[in-house]
Amino acid sequence: MLHQTGPVIHCDHVVKRFYEDAQPGDSGVVRRGLWRRRKREVTAVAGISLDAQAGEVLGILGANGSGKSTLIRLISTLLLPDDGTIEVFGLDVTKHAREIRRRINRVSVEASFFKKLSALENLMFTGRLYGLGAQETRQRVHYILGRLGFSAAKVNATLESMSRGQQQKVAIARAFMTTPELLLLDEPTTGLDPKSRRDVQDFVEEIKARRETTIILTTHDMAEAERLCDRVAILDAGRLVALDTPQALKQQAGADVESFEDVFFAFVGREDWEEAMADEDLA
Amino acid sequence: MRTSLEGAIARETGTLYAFVERNFRLVKRYLSWEIVFLFYNVINALTIGLIGYQVPAGQRNTTILYLVIGALLWGYLSILFDEVANSISYERWEGTIEYTFMAPIRRLTHLLGTCLYGVTYGIARTLVVLVAVALFFHLSLSHANLWAAVVVLLVSSLSFMGLGLIAAVLPLLSTERGAQATHIIQGVILLISGVYYPVTVLPHWVQWLSWLSPATYSLEMARSALLNDAGLGDLWLSLLKLAIIGVLLIPVGLCIFVVAERWAMRTGRLKRNG
Repeated sequence: MLHQTGPVIHCDHVVKRFYEDAQPGDSGVVRRGLWRRRKREVTAVAGISLDAQAGEVLGILGANGSGKSTLIRLISTLLLPDDGTIEVFGLDVTKHAREIRRRINRVSVEASFFKKLSALENLMFTGRLYGLGAQETRQRVHYILGRLGFSAAKVNATLESMSRGQQQKVAIARAFMTTPELLLLDEPTTGLDPKSRRDVQDFVEEIKARRETTIILTTHDMAEAERLCDRVAILDAGRLVALDTPQALKQQAGADVESFEDVFFAFVGREDWEEAMADEDLA
Repeated sequence: MRTSLEGAIARETGTLYAFVERNFRLVKRYLSWEIVFLFYNVINALTIGLIGYQVPAGQRNTTILYLVIGALLWGYLSILFDEVANSISYERWEGTIEYTFMAPIRRLTHLLGTCLYGVTYGIARTLVVLVAVALFFHLSLSHANLWAAVVVLLVSSLSFMGLGLIAAVLPLLSTERGAQATHIIQGVILLISGVYYPVTVLPHWVQWLSWLSPATYSLEMARSALLNDAGLGDLWLSLLKLAIIGVLLIPVGLCIFVVAERWAMRTGRLKRNG
């Protein structure tokens, strides 16, 4: 078990706004910058408050544009909040970024690597940035990739020659080899083939069983969220609309819900994905 | 205390090495392109040197050497500037920018690692061009002070690292426009620094700009060392000036970079699509 006394993540009324070039007819236009250009204000995260406890898997569900990835970027110190506070391990993300970065890692939906380099070369680079020696990196890489069902012979192949599933497994190895206390998984299984998806989910379940790492998991896959997460937060248009265990959310959603997908739609007030995703165009 | 200091030094050295190692691995992976660029650099230096054959035989060696020094030094400085200034663009194109920026490393070490790679890579490429040029022109270096020239090269590197760091901010602010702006800066430095001609031939309204460019001083000193056997005793004052410019430009570049990084974190520009 972890020895974190308070919550691993503490978000208090977090707000993040972005400004995009305004188009004719846009509402909410403001003048910004040195040239006072017309910008459309988009509130990606609108006053979210939540905590994540040590060792738990907290799922974050929402349609595209609901603020999931922005929240992950805020927690991972890549974005600064406009309002509110975010503390990770009790440290303010705006003031203690480097201390936090030592203890966290992230897997994003795109497996981001130097594509001409081999998996091992990319991971050796990460290892050095996190203070790992070459031998230690190799051992960790082989262990993690082995657990993910990744062929050892492929470790010297370039990333560009790998399938999307293989690339994502290398991305997961990159995150886990640094033994993070907090792992931010931003749609890690999106676009993967069924086998790769199962491999990744099994690995996350294995990590979860050890309760040594706190995991934040964003996903569109409702069954995945129900299977892997201790608690689930549902976001809609940047707002937190629900946060509880999957079982409790099912009960709250009403007696007529059958799947966890129905639970999601019940909370966001939409009928189906088409309606849920329509907001993306408005965001 | 001693152990923690040694540990910190080892960690920072490891980070520096990470950037140098990764970038040289990329050079290896893009080897065919490296050969093509190197071939072009050699041909470019030779064609510029060949212009010297237009002058009478008595001045030929000096003129060729004058031109070749410009080609070599500019080749080196522009590689260094390019590598440092475009390091952020490369990370964006590959999509790794978020991972590099959320790694628990000091920005100073990150950028110095990039500079260290730029210096070693630039020297390696310049040496190849130098060998090709020396073999082609059978240049006489009887009046050359090679050690002084090497010192000029190293001191010049400092100011170009500083300029590179300032220019590296631009791709951080805007992906495409930033990369475009770095090329414009490079072009202006090429024009005003007297790379292939004395700065006195520039129109008066441009000439004063040449004194702002560290490359002007680098080229003057390199030519004094290689054409007139000027030693460190003759060059120390100019070297000191150039070193001061470098020592000032590096922290200035770093400060601007850190401010720009905070701005990028506030506006959401610190991602692959910028």
